[in-house]
Amino acid sequence: MDLKEKLVSSFLAFENKGILDLDSSVHTIRTKAIQNFETEGFPSKKDEEWKYTSLKPLLKHDFSLFSSKEKSIGFKDIESYLINDIESYTLIFIDGVFSSFLSDTTHEDCDVCVLSSALTRPKYKMVVDNYFNTIAKNNNSLSELNTAFTKEGAFINIPKNTIVAKPIQILNFSTGSESEILLQPRNLVVVGENSHVQIIERHQNLSKNTTLTNSVTEIFVHKRAIVDYYKIQNDTENSSLIDSTFVSQKQQSVASVHTYSFGGKITRNNLEFYHEGEHITSHLNGISILNGKQHVDNHTLVNHKFPNCESHELYKGIYADKSVGVFNGKVIVQQEAQKTNAFQQNNNILIDDGATINAKPQLEIFADDVKCSHGCTIGQLDESALFYMQSRGIPKKEAKALLLFAFGNDVVEKIKIPQLKTRITKLIAKNLGVNLGFEL
Amino acid sequence: MLQVKNLHASINDKEILKGINLEIKAGEVHAIMGPNGSGKSTLSAVIAGKEEYEVTEGSVILNGEDLADLAPEERAHKGVFLSFQYPVEIPGVTVTNFIKTAINETRKAKGQEELPAKDMLKLIREKADLLEIDRKFLSRSLNEGFSGGEKKRNEIFQMAMLEPKLAILDETDSGLDIDALKVVANGVNKLKSSENAVLVITHYQRLLDYIVPDFVHVLYNGKIVKSGGKELALELEAKGYDWLK
Repeated sequence: MDLKEKLVSSFLAFENKGILDLDSSVHTIRTKAIQNFETEGFPSKKDEEWKYTSLKPLLKHDFSLFSSKEKSIGFKDIESYLINDIESYTLIFIDGVFSSFLSDTTHEDCDVCVLSSALTRPKYKMVVDNYFNTIAKNNNSLSELNTAFTKEGAFINIPKNTIVAKPIQILNFSTGSESEILLQPRNLVVVGENSHVQIIERHQNLSKNTTLTNSVTEIFVHKRAIVDYYKIQNDTENSSLIDSTFVSQKQQSVASVHTYSFGGKITRNNLEFYHEGEHITSHLNGISILNGKQHVDNHTLVNHKFPNCESHELYKGIYADKSVGVFNGKVIVQQEAQKTNAFQQNNNILIDDGATINAKPQLEIFADDVKCSHGCTIGQLDESALFYMQSRGIPKKEAKALLLFAFGNDVVEKIKIPQLKTRITKLIAKNLGVNLGFEL
Repeated sequence: MLQVKNLHASINDKEILKGINLEIKAGEVHAIMGPNGSGKSTLSAVIAGKEEYEVTEGSVILNGEDLADLAPEERAHKGVFLSFQYPVEIPGVTVTNFIKTAINETRKAKGQEELPAKDMLKLIREKADLLEIDRKFLSRSLNEGFSGGEKKRNEIFQMAMLEPKLAILDETDSGLDIDALKVVANGVNKLKSSENAVLVITHYQRLLDYIVPDFVHVLYNGKIVKSGGKELALELEAKGYDWLK
């Protein structure tokens, strides 16, 4: 039985022993979603959007869909993956199951809790009905799959006029309790008018076993709200991630999504921004630093539908060994979206001959009074710059690292949480195999 | 200090240096002059260890040690400094961070501890003052958007920080107005001692009014065709290079 058949046939059992009332609206949504998935199946390389990323090597695994055994995990085991020199709310999931013991949630000024409780409690019915699966639906078959099996994830509900003082960390761990596991976390983030929240998300495999994570996050940003969302992707070589993140923005809101891809077997990021009002600002920042046979595919979309909005996209990539990068950045400026400012930049460095980058900027502009620009570069390290640094006594390896650091610096500069910035800087240094005596 | 013996070097199988002999003793200032394409910049790059050039014959010896197998950074650690004709821009790395890294890597190579941050700062300020460099300049990205004069001044600032045994100044005067030239030359003169040596590579005699050489060599077609005292520079300025061919 292949993975698709296994998933489809498991659905009924999942739904019947699930946490949901079968009469609920979510049940209807899920039933529809599994039908859509069954019709479409997994994407293949014939699909234009998946031309450079094949899921084939992943689909041959006999994934467990749920963890049957519980593995005991203590704070010690996960500590190093947290940004722990900062006060924060934490939502920690172990093999797809929420760990209240390790987490730090709140219902005081805002709700930072789990989706399973939001889906079942009458208190949150309105929120769920208004938002859940409203942007993710009918988007792609993998998101449909996630919707069908939605069980657990982060639920972040910020009322209006609330500045959430502490960042929220969402951590998904897999422990290797199953030899091959498929995890499908589902996050729902609703940020009310004038509110502000910072979120850090990470997926981490704690074992050598195989993990495939198919994650979906929906983010709703209301009038004048500000959201900063950071994704740290630095997983093991047996871990793959398909991340679909959808952002819907209302007028005058500012949403930034930062994606740091430093590891994992296959990582696919679908990041989509939808504008639902004027004077919106969207930021998409990403940096990929890959080696070995790692593969990272960044697919982004900004859909400008209203006038006077702006989007700023900056993605950088450093590819060593036989690693593969894909950048597909689509910007749509619809006819009504006059006075749009849309900027996109994608710069790549190939360190080794075996490394590959497939870059495809796509601008579809239907309005005539707009400012749009895009730039895409693919290059190697500047030999004359290396010689210059060496001639000042900086060894070649450090000189290379310094140049690469400098190359990625403008993406790292955009991190607004200092402790996170330090952490990312350290991760970059570690990935480049150097220890620099200063922070950039 | 430096002995260049019968040095032949080529790039892409094209021979540029065709048997150079040169000896520089501690405390001396030598100037190499010559027309475009005579091999001046190649000579400085070969001494500094640029990998694109292949040394086919001869040797470069610094304080008794053959530099042949040493990487550019190892030569720097032994005291070779090359001031570039066209310093490279490195966005995202400040002047201060760059020089800190250079100093500490050099100390590491010599088995010394890193220089404490306080001492580093003091040293940076002292040398910046010596070269009349504005403090604000130190937190800018290395050479990015610098004027020609700022780039050259920054080169000499790095030289002041690294305190090399042999400083090679490749066309340091190009792109400098007379005031900037004086500041740069003044800096070089202050750094000069009986322990170190300077090799000035230049097109024009102008710089040599301010950095006065003990010896002047004329490079032509990959060979030193004439050597003399500082008066040779004046003669070249008056007569050009044609009479030496």
